[in-house]
Amino acid sequence: MTLHPTTPDFKDNAHQALHDPELQKALGHVQHGFIYKRQSAVERLPEFETLRESARDLKNHVLQNLDLYLETYERNVTSSGGQVHFARTSAEACETIVNICKSHGAKSVTKGKSMVSEEIGLNAAIEAAGMQAVETDLGEYIIQLRGETPSHIIAPAVHLTKEQVEGDFRRVHTHLDGARDLSEPVQLLTEARGVLREKFLAADVGITGANFLVAETGTSIIVTNEGNGDLTQSLPKVHIVIASIEKIVPTLEDASLLLRVLARSATGQDMSVYTTLSTGPRRPQDPDGPEHYHVVLVDNGRSAMLGTEFEDMLRCIRCGACMNHCPVYHAIGGHAYGWVYPGPMGAVMTPSLIGVEKGGHLPNASTFCGRCESVCPVKIPLPKLMRHWRENEFERHLTPAVQRFGLKIWGFFAKNPRLYSFATRAAMTTLAWLGRDKGRFASLPLAKGWTDYRDLPAPQGDTFQAQWRKRQQEARR
Amino acid sequence: MSAREDILSNIRRSLGVTGTESTRRAAVAQRLEQTPRGPIPARGQGSTATRLATFITEATRVSATVVVLDTAQAVPEEIARFLREANLPLALKRGEDARLAGLDWQAAGLDVATGRSDGADLNAVSYAFGGVSETGSLVLLSGADNPVTLTFLPDNHFVVLAAADLSGDLESVLVKLRRNGALPRTVNIVTGPSRSADIEQTLLLGAHGPRRLHIMVTLN
Repeated sequence: MTLHPTTPDFKDNAHQALHDPELQKALGHVQHGFIYKRQSAVERLPEFETLRESARDLKNHVLQNLDLYLETYERNVTSSGGQVHFARTSAEACETIVNICKSHGAKSVTKGKSMVSEEIGLNAAIEAAGMQAVETDLGEYIIQLRGETPSHIIAPAVHLTKEQVEGDFRRVHTHLDGARDLSEPVQLLTEARGVLREKFLAADVGITGANFLVAETGTSIIVTNEGNGDLTQSLPKVHIVIASIEKIVPTLEDASLLLRVLARSATGQDMSVYTTLSTGPRRPQDPDGPEHYHVVLVDNGRSAMLGTEFEDMLRCIRCGACMNHCPVYHAIGGHAYGWVYPGPMGAVMTPSLIGVEKGGHLPNASTFCGRCESVCPVKIPLPKLMRHWRENEFERHLTPAVQRFGLKIWGFFAKNPRLYSFATRAAMTTLAWLGRDKGRFASLPLAKGWTDYRDLPAPQGDTFQAQWRKRQQEARR
Repeated sequence: MSAREDILSNIRRSLGVTGTESTRRAAVAQRLEQTPRGPIPARGQGSTATRLATFITEATRVSATVVVLDTAQAVPEEIARFLREANLPLALKRGEDARLAGLDWQAAGLDVATGRSDGADLNAVSYAFGGVSETGSLVLLSGADNPVTLTFLPDNHFVVLAAADLSGDLESVLVKLRRNGALPRTVNIVTGPSRSADIEQTLLLGAHGPRRLHIMVTLN
C-alpha cells in the first residue's frame, strides 16, 4: 500500500512506464484479454443494457438514502450477533482493526483482496503492531512479496510477467527444492496454493473486503474466483469485514442485480466462482466458521462527495472495466497513477480522496475518448467528472502558467469565430503545404510529445468547420 | 461526537436532509419490505426440462462436470465411479445432512467420515439448497448439515442437487431462503471450480478451493 502517493510525479512515472520493456510486455495481456472477454459476455446477455440502467438507478437511490440504509444495516448486523464500527479516517479504521486483532491475541492475520484496505494502509498498521499480515489472493500475494502495490483493482499483478513471479517465488520460498521447475503458470499457482494453505490454517484473524453490504439482512457479500476470501473468513476465530460506506445495497434482490453486471464488466464471467453471503458469526450448532464477526465501515472523504458534482463516482462497484478499456492505462499501467486507484475511476477518486493539489495530473491524462463511460456498469460519466476536476484545478490557479497562457490564447480565438476560422484555415493551409511531399511530419516545433512516438498526419482537404458547413448546405438541398 | 454520529451527520449535511423526512423513510421501508426485483434475464427461464438443460450447459461452460441421476440412491455409486476413473482414493467427507446420511455409502465401497474438514480431506460431498439455471450456480448453506469447510478445503467437491430445487434465477432462490427462516452464517453461491488468472491472464483451475466440481442432479 502507498501511504505517500507519488501521484504528483505522474509525468515522470508515465515516462518511465513507457520505457519499461517488461511492463509493456505484461500490459499487452490487459488490452487483449479483458476487452474481448467482456464483449463476449455482454453479447450473450440481451438484457445487459437494461441491467446497467437499473444498476445506475439503484445506486442513485442508495446514495440519496445512505444514512437510513446504514442505520438499517447496522441494526441487522447487531441482531445477527455481529458488531459494526464506524471509522472517519484511514487512521481510525486501522486503529479499530489493530485493536480487534490485539484483543484476540492475534499473531497472524490473513487477508482477502480489499482495495479499501490498500487505501487506508492496513498492512503497514498490522505489521507495525507486531503482527503478520498475509495477502491470500494470488495476485496480491505476489505483489506483497515484491513490496509493491496493486497496479489494477481486480488484477493486482497484471503488470508482471511469469518470469518475474518465478524469480520472486525462488527468492522467498527458500524451503523448497531449488531445482524445481517453475516455468509454467500452473506450477507457480500450485506452489502458492501449498504455501498459502499453511497460512490459512494458522491464521488467528481473517480480514476480507465486501463487494456489497445488504441492509435488509446485515449481510456482507464478497466475490472471488480463487476461494481465498472464503478460507480467509471461515478458518480463523475472528472475521473482520472492511468496507467503505457506499457499498450498501437495500436488499438481497438488489445485490443480485449488481452481481449480474459486476463479473461481466470485470472479467467477462457471468458470475464469479464464489459469491459468499456472510451474516454474523458461527451459529451454536455450526462445526466451523468464526466465533466473532466485525464490520468496519470507512468514510475517509466519501460523505463529503455526496451532494457535489462528484457524487456519481460513489456508484462505482470497482469492476475495473474503465481501466481495462482505457488507452492511457494500456500505455502506462496502474503504478504510474501513483496511488491506490488507477485508470479513469482513479483519475476521479484520487483527487477526491487525497486532494486535487496532489492528484491533479490524473484527470488531465485523458483524451476523453469516452470508452470508460461506455463500458461502466453503473454508467458513471467519467469524462465529465474528470473535466470537473480540470475546471476545479483551473479555478484554484493550480494549473501551470504555460498551460493557462495556452488556454487563454485558445479562449481568445474561440470567442471570435471569424478570427478562429481564419486562423485555423491559415494554419491548415500552411501545414498542408509543408507536408505536401510525405503527407506526414516526423517532427514539428512544440509537438515533441506527439512526434516522439508517432508521425503527425499532414492536413488534407478543408477545415472541419468548412466541411461541416458544406454538409449542412447539402442536407438542406 | 462519535465516529458513527459524525459520519451520519456528514452524510445528512451533504444530502441536505435531517433523517426524519417521512417520505424518505417511507421509500426506504417500502423497498426493504417489498424487495423489488431488477430485470430478470430470459436465459434461465422456461419449462423444468429447459431449465435443467440450461443449468447443465452453463455449469459445463464454467468447467464443472454434471450428471443426471434417476434417484439419490445412485449418488454413492456415481462418486465411486468418478474417484476410480480419476485414480483417487475411495474416501469421502460429508456433513450431517439426513439426505446424505440415508445413502448406502458402504455398498459403493466408499470410506465416509462425517464432520468439518481440517484440510486433510481430498474429497467431500455436500447437498445443495438450490441451483440457478441462468448461471449454472449451486447455492449451499453453511452449518452442521453441510459444513462450509467442505466446500473450500478438499480438492474434489461433489454436490447433490435435487432437480426440484433448481430455479431459473437467483431471485427465486432468495424467496426460498427467506421462507427458510433466518440466514445461516454463510450462503455460498458456487459457479464452477476454483480458478485464477492472476499470472499473465492465463486461466488456471484449482487456485485455493477445489480443482474439480462434480454436480449430480437427482430427478426423484
